[in-house]
Amino acid sequence: MSFLPFNTIGIGVTFSPNLKANLYEAARLSLMFKSKLVLIHVGEKSADKQTQFLSILEPFIKDNLEVDIVFKTGDPVDVILSTSKEKQIDLLILGALQRENFLKYYVGSIARKITRQAKCSILLLIKPSIKRVPCEHIVVNGLKDPKTLQTLASAFYVANALNSDKVTIVEEITQDELAIKVEDDKSLRMATIIKERIKLRENSRVKAIIEGIPEVYTKNVVIKSQPIFGKKGYSIGHYAQIARADLLVMNSPSKMTFWDRLFPHDIEHILTELPTDVLIIQ
Amino acid sequence: MSPKKNNIKTFFKALPKNIFSGFVVSLIALPLGLGLAMASEAPPIAGVIAAVVGGVVVSIFGGSHVTIAGPGNGLVGVLLVAITTLGIESAYAAIICSGILLAILGFLRLGKLADFFPSSAIQGMLAAIGLIILGKQFHIMLAHKIKRVDTIDYLIEIPYTINDAIHYDNTGLIYAAIAGVLSLIIMVFYPRIRNKYLQLIPAPMWIVILSIGFSYYFEIVAHETNPISQLYMISGIPEFKDIIAQLPSVNFGKVNELTFWSSVFALTLIASIESLLSIKAVDKLDPEKRRSNVNLDLKALGLATIGSGFLGGLNVVTVIARSSVNVNNKASNRSSNFFHATFLVIFIVLFSTQLTRIPLPALMAILVFTGYKLASPITIKKIFSIGKEQIVIFFVTLFVTLKVGLITGILSGVIITFLIHIIINKSASLFFRNVLKPNVLMFQEQDNGNYYVSVKHFCSFLNFYRLKEKLDAVPENNDIIIDFSLCEFVDHTVMENLNSYRDLFIKRDGHFDVIGLDLLDSESEHPFALRRLLPVPNIIQSGLTKRQNHIEELAKDYGLSYEYKKEKETHFLDNFHFFRTKSIQHIYNKLSTKNSILTIFDIEFSEGEFIAKETVRTTMLHITLENQIPEFTLDKEGFLEKVYAFAGFKDIPIQEHSDFNKRFYLLGENEVAIKTFFNDDIIRFFESNSYYHIESNRNSLLVFSKERLASTKEIKALFDFGKRLKQVIS
Repeated sequence: MSFLPFNTIGIGVTFSPNLKANLYEAARLSLMFKSKLVLIHVGEKSADKQTQFLSILEPFIKDNLEVDIVFKTGDPVDVILSTSKEKQIDLLILGALQRENFLKYYVGSIARKITRQAKCSILLLIKPSIKRVPCEHIVVNGLKDPKTLQTLASAFYVANALNSDKVTIVEEITQDELAIKVEDDKSLRMATIIKERIKLRENSRVKAIIEGIPEVYTKNVVIKSQPIFGKKGYSIGHYAQIARADLLVMNSPSKMTFWDRLFPHDIEHILTELPTDVLIIQ
Repeated sequence: MSPKKNNIKTFFKALPKNIFSGFVVSLIALPLGLGLAMASEAPPIAGVIAAVVGGVVVSIFGGSHVTIAGPGNGLVGVLLVAITTLGIESAYAAIICSGILLAILGFLRLGKLADFFPSSAIQGMLAAIGLIILGKQFHIMLAHKIKRVDTIDYLIEIPYTINDAIHYDNTGLIYAAIAGVLSLIIMVFYPRIRNKYLQLIPAPMWIVILSIGFSYYFEIVAHETNPISQLYMISGIPEFKDIIAQLPSVNFGKVNELTFWSSVFALTLIASIESLLSIKAVDKLDPEKRRSNVNLDLKALGLATIGSGFLGGLNVVTVIARSSVNVNNKASNRSSNFFHATFLVIFIVLFSTQLTRIPLPALMAILVFTGYKLASPITIKKIFSIGKEQIVIFFVTLFVTLKVGLITGILSGVIITFLIHIIINKSASLFFRNVLKPNVLMFQEQDNGNYYVSVKHFCSFLNFYRLKEKLDAVPENNDIIIDFSLCEFVDHTVMENLNSYRDLFIKRDGHFDVIGLDLLDSESEHPFALRRLLPVPNIIQSGLTKRQNHIEELAKDYGLSYEYKKEKETHFLDNFHFFRTKSIQHIYNKLSTKNSILTIFDIEFSEGEFIAKETVRTTMLHITLENQIPEFTLDKEGFLEKVYAFAGFKDIPIQEHSDFNKRFYLLGENEVAIKTFFNDDIIRFFESNSYYHIESNRNSLLVFSKERLASTKEIKALFDFGKRLKQVIS
């Protein structure tokens, strides 16, 4: 089973009210994945800034956290992308923004550009907190896609590292696959039968993938599989929201063109409306 | 999934019933067809042609089961404009083009089109159509033909016409006006008279029969000419052979003109909205709980409209009043639509000369009543109870439709609804940002098989089609949960539609739960009111009537518990045969024994829809049984039941009880079980007690006598009867 372990975790840092929470989250994850933490700061290097970062991270450094701080000036997107490459970062952590007055989160323009172009996995955090919020339920996509294999494997790797109880594999089935429109009793019966068939097929496909994952990773979690009928990319976010998932794991987007942004689909939907923390596996 | 039945056998078995109901429907279709055509200023026969073509084509190619197709009242306004501006020959061309468009809508599966209009706007538009019909025909009903440019002028001049009618000198006009007023009285009071012999013939046909009889009376008995002015008699009903021989010329010369196409679009829009609304309403009445194929029906209606246009008929739409009469007369498949057309042809062949004896005012009285029903104050009251904003939408649509036209009217309704939604939410971005998002998620829960639907952001007429698509994909006998907890705004159109889904699911043994709305609040207590985040407390209190006080005393006397409040939860009555084709509004004044085994309640239900609608209030007794008994219906034997026997209903004879057989009419599926159930004790009990209509649905009994509310004395008698019946049965 192939998945890339997160050996190096990167996070972009600025001096914002959220700084402490962001750093705590990143440091905690690094310890759980037993990986190195790289802080990327867009700006001039100064000893003052460095001590500030390190003082926040002090409790974690005591626990043998390996930290590297990179200072670089320039365009934030370029800086973060190039540093990720140089430092061979496997997982990049980005923060989300909150829509005024609502409990709705979205990804800002910088983070969005990074998400689109990054060559590593991305973790989008909706509300970083200083105290640990346990990650109990992970929702992962089970799309029929070559990338899914790796995504599923990574999801179980993460579930194990974070001590999650439950992993739900969601198979999104689009309307086109049904190939029949419900118009009357007869077509409804047909559609119900076809749906049932698709569900069985999808379930057995996902089951086959899970069987390929080493038992060490799967034995401690409850695995559920849930076929949903809806729009690809969007509906899984909706599902994660109502299932009160703590983390949503998804395939990385395939090629992006101008049209994809104009008529959002797949991951773009999730970026405008983050249902929960999202992990995009590269 | 039910096992496949022997279709041909059931079809032939149900044929007599369908011929019978086709006959009754044709009785109402004939006067309505003539009247609707004349109101649109088309030749009177055009309406009948539309009904005949519609009946034949839609019954063969359609996708619904118990609907009736024919000329629709909603189209009168548009047809009137089309015929007066384009001339009748070009109007036929417009009808044909709208038929083509309607068929295209069917092919493109645009049956969901009607969902994009807010329901209050549709109500407003229908009310405007009603006022157009009423305003124009009222004057003819009082034998006072006038011609005005603006539709509103017709309405304003109604008092002047009444004044003129009172001061007529010309006896011809006086008689004409009397015929009109009498016909209107028949239309208004007919539903109140619950006599089954009288009810066998629909009110419009009574008007036709009485006025033809009147004319013959003068000719044959009194040897005088008909006193009604010749100007106010129907003219131009051709002989049947002339209809076939002289096809009207259709003029496509105006296809380059804008007015032509605006007529075509208006015809298509109204035809599709009226048909879709009717199909939806009739599906709810279908006793066999089938689902209509809306798109197939649209194709068939389009095809029928094209045919009708070429033969000189009007647009063909699905019509609610006639369809509901069809259902009430126990039609079971599309053949009744076909027979309704057949009987219309027979009427025209045999009686085309007699039809010219109908006075115009009498016919127009039917239309005035139709118009009034469309725009009745009850509709306005109902909308007002839902919320103030709905009344704004309603009146804006109504006035713009009257002043400008139908398409502008409905568009203004859509725009004002949207603006009101923005104002209520104080945010336009909620709608603009989310309108294109696929905001509905549905999945079947793996552990219990329930369907779960979650709706995000907002749900209004703009995106209800997404929710509807998902709901339509769920078999109605399943459990479904609709969760609005992620939704910030739900509008009235959605609430109303969900309610009709709820009825549908519960009628078909499913469950339909809506959750998450408690987070949102509405300004009125009405279940269809729109919801948003704003708390407004609302307390309504009312006093008791005299009858309720009496019932309360009775309850104390008999040790029963009494509840005067209206209860909407009446689904325990759904599986009684009696309620299959009726819709229950509520029950109230409920008396029940401690263990709730015997309950007596007042109930309000309605039969039929629109102008054929009759609201009935009656008192019923419900007995819960401990043991299962066979399903049956027991009633007094009368003349009508003997007529029904010809239509394929079979009275079950009980051996050695000829007196019982003579006096009672016993119906049921499982004849053997019923015969064993009706033992000597039970039969003697029925023979020696007063008549009640008694129905069993296996687990409980429903007992009632008259189709009106019972007096306290009758309630006591009913309660006593129920108690003894319970003892005899168990």
